[in-house]
Amino acid sequence: MNVSARRLGSRILNDEIRRAEEDIIIEDCFGERYIGSCASSITITINGTPGNAMGAYLDGATIIVNGNVQDAVGDTMNDGKIIIHGNAGDALGYAMRGGKIYVKGDAGYRTGIHMKEYKDKRPVIVVGGSTGSFLGEYLAGGMIIVLGMESEACPVGDFTGTGMHGGLIFIRSSTPPANLPKQVTVSLADDLDMGSMNEYLMEYADTFGLSIDEILRKPFYRLAPNAKNPYKQLYTIY
Amino acid sequence: MAAFDIYPEYEIVRNNERCTNCRVCEKQCANGAHIFLTDKNRMAADDDKCVNCHRCVAMCPVRALKIVKTNHTFRENLYWTGKSIKEIKRQAESGGVLLSSMGNPETYPVYFDKILLNASQVTNPSIDPLREPMETRVYLGSKPDKVVRDEKGRIKIDLPLHIKLSMPVMLSAMSYGSISYNAHESLARAAAEAGIMYNTGEGGLHEDLYRYGKNTIVQVASGRFGVHSRYLSNGAAIEIKMGQGAKPGIGGHLPGSKIVGDISKTRMIPEGSDAISPAPHHDIYSIEDLSQLVYSLKEATGYTKPIIVKIAAVHNVAAIASGIARSGADIIAIDGFRGGTGAAPARIRDHVGIPIELALASVDKRLRDEGIRNRVSIVAGGGIRSSADVVKAIALGADCVYIGTAALIALGCHMCRSCHTGKCNWGIATQREDLVKRLNPDWGYKRLVNLLNAWKHEIMEMMGGMGINAIESLRGNRLMLRGVGLNEKELEILGIKHAGE
Ligand code: SF4
Ligand code: SF4
Repeated sequence: MNVSARRLGSRILNDEIRRAEEDIIIEDCFGERYIGSCASSITITINGTPGNAMGAYLDGATIIVNGNVQDAVGDTMNDGKIIIHGNAGDALGYAMRGGKIYVKGDAGYRTGIHMKEYKDKRPVIVVGGSTGSFLGEYLAGGMIIVLGMESEACPVGDFTGTGMHGGLIFIRSSTPPANLPKQVTVSLADDLDMGSMNEYLMEYADTFGLSIDEILRKPFYRLAPNAKNPYKQLYTIY
Repeated sequence: MAAFDIYPEYEIVRNNERCTNCRVCEKQCANGAHIFLTDKNRMAADDDKCVNCHRCVAMCPVRALKIVKTNHTFRENLYWTGKSIKEIKRQAESGGVLLSSMGNPETYPVYFDKILLNASQVTNPSIDPLREPMETRVYLGSKPDKVVRDEKGRIKIDLPLHIKLSMPVMLSAMSYGSISYNAHESLARAAAEAGIMYNTGEGGLHEDLYRYGKNTIVQVASGRFGVHSRYLSNGAAIEIKMGQGAKPGIGGHLPGSKIVGDISKTRMIPEGSDAISPAPHHDIYSIEDLSQLVYSLKEATGYTKPIIVKIAAVHNVAAIASGIARSGADIIAIDGFRGGTGAAPARIRDHVGIPIELALASVDKRLRDEGIRNRVSIVAGGGIRSSADVVKAIALGADCVYIGTAALIALGCHMCRSCHTGKCNWGIATQREDLVKRLNPDWGYKRLVNLLNAWKHEIMEMMGGMGINAIESLRGNRLMLRGVGLNEKELEILGIKHAGE
């Protein structure tokens, strides 16, 4: 089913998507918000630039964007897949609990903050370019991979993993990220780590037509919460 | 744990004439304050461990126990009180932040107690609620700007995003995790029976309680625990928690040790992992961002649920509420500084935020001045103790109130303010199975329904006395209020006259 978003406005467009029982292609998308919120099972292809909060609470659907996306994509996403053939704005995958987000280009500030995992639900974000500061803040579970395919320097901003208490962040870079909080440990990814990333990297390379060898050409740094230095406030009970 | 040089605040007094050494108190006290001395064949007590929760006192079959405030004191000093001295000693010993629970217990003014209600005499008759119809029903949500009629002159009623309450009281957010399953079940069943709402708090919704969905407000907080599409669509309304009266500006932290069993399942995080709700929503730094979350939740539920935004009563509450009213939210919940909590740093609880009475009055006035009061309903919470507080809050501009502490007291809470220890002897603020069992939801929900019915009747009586037969006519009706012992500024903010005027 093809729908042109032109002059529909977010609300009518989203009503159409909610009613759709088959895959849907949205043309002329230009800032319409909340596309695919809570959507399950169908595939939504978007040509253009969707607005904020695309794929919020996504529950199994696939969203493919041929263009850039704005802020708060995949907020509290539970399941499904979001593929972005461009760049993403801020707060990508906020509090995401399951599913995958693959971004070909860059992502903004606060990517993947407060992601968490539960049983077989394990969210994954792969960003091909670089990300802004506060990547993986409050991370509680899941996996964030930043590839920096075009960058020479380490492709993340400052304060990566502040408040992190679960999950893993992998950064493809020849140097480790700067300014890490003391509650995060950094090490070079070992074979086990590479194994755990493998499935996602293969799928990512496949999705965007990249060579896996090129992706694996540089080392990956692994950021994990430092169990010896947890975010604990010392309390006096009275 | 007490410092070595602090004398305990309460003493356990045992009447040895009555005590039969049955050891019930020993079993009942989760704090281990009662000990049986085998060699001496008698009970002994460790006052240091007692939090004055009255469990042993209530359960002692021969009424041999009482807990008394100690008369052992420091040298009298009205500035350096015993409390200040003890707090310093505790912190000097531990180096830790003082942790407390329940609401602010300090001596700030209670405006509810300085406001009196009106009654009719001679000129307009009072109404007897036992003989005449009296409407306590309220609908929460955005109301249209004007009345619209169809061609036949009938009023068009199109209020899809409303929640209907049989009386202007709802049970405020308390998460499963901060309180026990049995407490949650009691709240849910009481709300269903009384025709009102209870609120899940930020810990998700237990599978078994989905059936009370029509009476459930599901909360979405910064940690988004247990939030998924089925959860959102199960509730009658969705509440975005921006703040809490007991700890404005502070997030939540349920330690991993409490994330066990069904709590882990309901929050959807692994057992033993910390549940951290960051202080702000890190995707909300402005009213525009808030609006985005409001609409993403509306989209997620197909515009079928009203959205509540809950904030703590803080200095600029009127301006903040005005922004929220323009964000697309249908209901604003304001939580005053007396609001309860399962755990909060004592300094925050006791020193941050403002009284609900002042916050409520100024929000109501601001929204009316701006001509947008009809766009949102206002729920006032944080320290509502009785039906009189409810009536006063409504006359100050609330559509309805939230009660939390009062509801827990109905379920058996004795206000020992030790919820943060996780060893609530009354089975409420605990996850220890043997303690949770002490609260029987069959008993608990009935007590709560009793309380609500009693309040409803009292509300009707007070309304009747004022000659008002519908709660809607009481809302914001400040002529029904008079202040006693309040200064000009306080009267101005509350928008009421002084008694005698
Ligand atoms: S803590 Fe409660 S049960 Fe224990 S001794 Fe004190 S009053 Fe009794
Ligand atoms: S809920 Fe339990 S621990 Fe908390 S104040 Fe009441 S009786 Fe004490």
